[in-house]
Amino acid sequence: MSTIEENTKDSVDAAVKEPGAPEKESEKIEPGLAQGSIIVSFVIGLAIALIIGWIVFPALLYSEKEQPFDFSHEVHNDLVDGCESCHYFRDDGTFAGVPKLWLCRDCHEEVQGGTADEETFVYEYVWNDREVPWRIYSKQPDCVFFSHAAHVVKAEMDCETCHGPIGESDSLKPYEENVITGYSRDIWGKSISGLNKKHIWESMKMDDCADCHKEAGMESSVQTKKDACFVCHK
Amino acid sequence: MKIDRRSFLSLGLGAAAGTALTPLPWKLTDDLSIWTQMWPWTPVPQDGETTYVNSACAICPGGCGITVRKVEDRAIKIEGMDGHPVNDGGICPLGLSGLQLLYGPRRIKSPMKKENGKWVKISWKEAIAVVSDQIDALRKNGEAQAIGCISGLRKGTTSQLLERFLLSLGSPNYMSIPSSYDAYELAVSRMHGRRMTAGIDAEESNFILSFGSGVIEGWWSPVRMIRAHSVWKEKKAKLVQMEARLSNTAAQADKWIPVNPGAEAALAMGIAAVIVKESLYDKAFVENYSRGFEEFRNMLLDAYSPDKAASITGVPSSVIESLARDFAGASRPVALYGRGNGSQPGTLFEAMAVHALNAIVGAVNRPGGVWAVEQTDDNDWPAIQMDEIAKKGLKSPRIDGLDPGSEKDPGSLVSRFSELAVSGEYPLKALFIAGANPCYSFPDSNAVKAAFEKIPFIVSFSSYMDETVEYASLVLPNHTYLERYEDVPAPRGMGKPVRGITRPVVSPLYNTRNTGDAVIELAGKIGGSVAESFPWGDYETCLQETFGEEWGTLEEEGFTSDSDFSPRSWEEAFKEDSGKFNFASAGFLDSVREIVPEGDDGSYPLILVPYDTLRLSGGYIGDPPFVIKTVEDTVLKKRDSFVEVNPETAGKIGVKNGGYATLSTPKGQVKVRVNHYDGIKPGVIAMPRGLGHGGTDEYLAEKGVNVNELIGPIPDPQSGFDGAWGIRAKLTRA
Repeated sequence: MSTIEENTKDSVDAAVKEPGAPEKESEKIEPGLAQGSIIVSFVIGLAIALIIGWIVFPALLYSEKEQPFDFSHEVHNDLVDGCESCHYFRDDGTFAGVPKLWLCRDCHEEVQGGTADEETFVYEYVWNDREVPWRIYSKQPDCVFFSHAAHVVKAEMDCETCHGPIGESDSLKPYEENVITGYSRDIWGKSISGLNKKHIWESMKMDDCADCHKEAGMESSVQTKKDACFVCHK
Repeated sequence: MKIDRRSFLSLGLGAAAGTALTPLPWKLTDDLSIWTQMWPWTPVPQDGETTYVNSACAICPGGCGITVRKVEDRAIKIEGMDGHPVNDGGICPLGLSGLQLLYGPRRIKSPMKKENGKWVKISWKEAIAVVSDQIDALRKNGEAQAIGCISGLRKGTTSQLLERFLLSLGSPNYMSIPSSYDAYELAVSRMHGRRMTAGIDAEESNFILSFGSGVIEGWWSPVRMIRAHSVWKEKKAKLVQMEARLSNTAAQADKWIPVNPGAEAALAMGIAAVIVKESLYDKAFVENYSRGFEEFRNMLLDAYSPDKAASITGVPSSVIESLARDFAGASRPVALYGRGNGSQPGTLFEAMAVHALNAIVGAVNRPGGVWAVEQTDDNDWPAIQMDEIAKKGLKSPRIDGLDPGSEKDPGSLVSRFSELAVSGEYPLKALFIAGANPCYSFPDSNAVKAAFEKIPFIVSFSSYMDETVEYASLVLPNHTYLERYEDVPAPRGMGKPVRGITRPVVSPLYNTRNTGDAVIELAGKIGGSVAESFPWGDYETCLQETFGEEWGTLEEEGFTSDSDFSPRSWEEAFKEDSGKFNFASAGFLDSVREIVPEGDDGSYPLILVPYDTLRLSGGYIGDPPFVIKTVEDTVLKKRDSFVEVNPETAGKIGVKNGGYATLSTPKGQVKVRVNHYDGIKPGVIAMPRGLGHGGTDEYLAEKGVNVNELIGPIPDPQSGFDGAWGIRAKLTRA
């Protein structure tokens, strides 16, 4: 702020010190008025920036995308034996993530319940042998290496700790795609400021990983006892 | 209120301050950094389930089994198949880089037709129609015999389908590219009096006389032989390498005999002469199971006494004598035929000389020796249907003037191709090319290109944009071996029966089609008796019907084999008088013995020999990017090829190590750089096969010199096989 005041003062002084100089249109303004308009301009700039930064930018940054069709975790959860029935570990220890068509096909070769969404699924995907192009809320950039086995099997964490109570949801929430990165808003978190986080699952950035690891006293690599960038960034 | 400069600046400053109070800069920085990882050219590894597919490698005739690691539908890595009878988990650099042949830049992505010198993509339907129209026109015109086919595919159903296709059209001009294995097989067949395949029970040998065979440099079945070489090291078997150049194999051998280039046959005969003279031969075999030994002995003692052999070969007679004694004294000796990787056939005399050497020490049909196994017809396909046009066409001689099916001269169609194609019995009017790149790999490749220019209609089945495709009128691109079903016959020199199968490891990436399917479809389109000769709906059906019960195992395991197989004993194999091993078989004792290289020694004082290395693929498929990167900078530097010259020879010419020189032979002239190399005989210079490609692959094209441009073929009068092992050359400082 001081810079602005100094600049203003200098300009005023310059106008006073050189009375003989030809007066330009802009310099006819009286010092008090000039100062007022500068402050007003500053405030306007500030206000515009705040509006853009807090309201317009988030609105432009995310584009709401529909999933191919709706899906109820709640309905499925009642019929199967826990998350791992569909979101399972493969024999080699890797995590399968969102199930592929072959697994769904076990039950959905024909329409079961008769909702419009299920019909879409069966007729458009199962019968045409097309994988469902799900938009994945928790998809991380390619350089991020994350082992579900280390967390779920070794550390015996619940799915809900990081993914929230999604197993109880009756429908899929809209997928808010970050137009720059292509990833979901769920990675950064709903709150654009990144503050007011109440649950672990509300965001999935590196700091969120670090928070838990700090709490659990696991801040370094198990092998090297040093900072462990390459454990996750490969 | 007026907006002046100050208030405008103030507005900006306010905006800047305000922006700093929002998450925008931090969020944008974060997003942009992620965005930079998403650029389309950034490679992103496939994510998903890992699976393994057993298949076979079909890049070379080595017949290895492979296991391909996949993530979802993306092939990630090729490994050798554990437990496979040929390579048991091993793999060569070329096989390892096979994915670059699948995903790499030289693929042809769709059928194409050349219009006004430019390639135009067309549909398969149109492509098949264009070919069948051309064939129909030629057949109706009574020119069925003027249709030819060059196939680099060894045995196997695809080559059988192509040969069948030509016969059903009425053409005797199916040309299969021969290798040293074919020459050796012919030698064995002649000496055993029946059509034979030859296997080397290499792993069990304990004294190996290699007449220039690059056993660790790709000879016959590269991975199997490298593994056999390890076995030899373990059990202290002796390897003696005889060649003019210190190859990697020579460097790894127990003894290196720098024989004059082209004198390998004379050396084999010289060794045999000592064995005969000193009565070191296997009397049980020679006396009971062979005939013609007297004539053989007389010829040896007359023409290949140690002194005479020494003067031809440049190997001292004392060395020849001690080699003979060691070889005959070994319990499981074997002599190997075929220079370098064995791709060049060589003369029948040389092949017979090596096989005779095996026979006199009894190294035939016993452990550690050569196994001669009678050839059986591979399939029981129905007889080929022939209409009047086909019957008439097949009454014509081949373009080399010989009768169709002539056994006298199986190799001359290829070794004399450039001359025969335009001025043979009749000029070729149409030519199919499968699994081959004659415009690169045939000797005197510039003459081959000139011949190709004169053939009006050329159809290539190549998967890759190569030199030969540039001369084609039409391409019907094949799937790569990682996208197609195809049987892989037992590799060259495999004693025990093995059959592999390539299978679609990934779904075809482009609009390509299995050549087997293309041929069946083409026959169907031509119709009549040609269509009737191909009673299968598609190639996969043909494979299933051909292999019957074996197909199930092939599908499940990726190969079939008989590990308990052993060849017939001497008693069984050579029982009949007429079935005895014949040391005086036709074309041996009375044949032309040495091939004199082209060129006069006045104008061309040096001798240029080509050599093979595992780091360069000299055949149909050029080096993939990974493999070309392994070539040493004493062989290729930027775009310059090096020629190996003994420092003594280089001193006489006055070329420094690394200096530029002009290399000329009767076939052509190129600019090269000189690599001073103590491991080559003075007066001999050497260049590798596999460089100097054309085509469009920036990793391969325009790098170095194609040695095939510099060396012409010399057909062996006995077999027609190309017997040239080098050419006279001149090197001058540039």
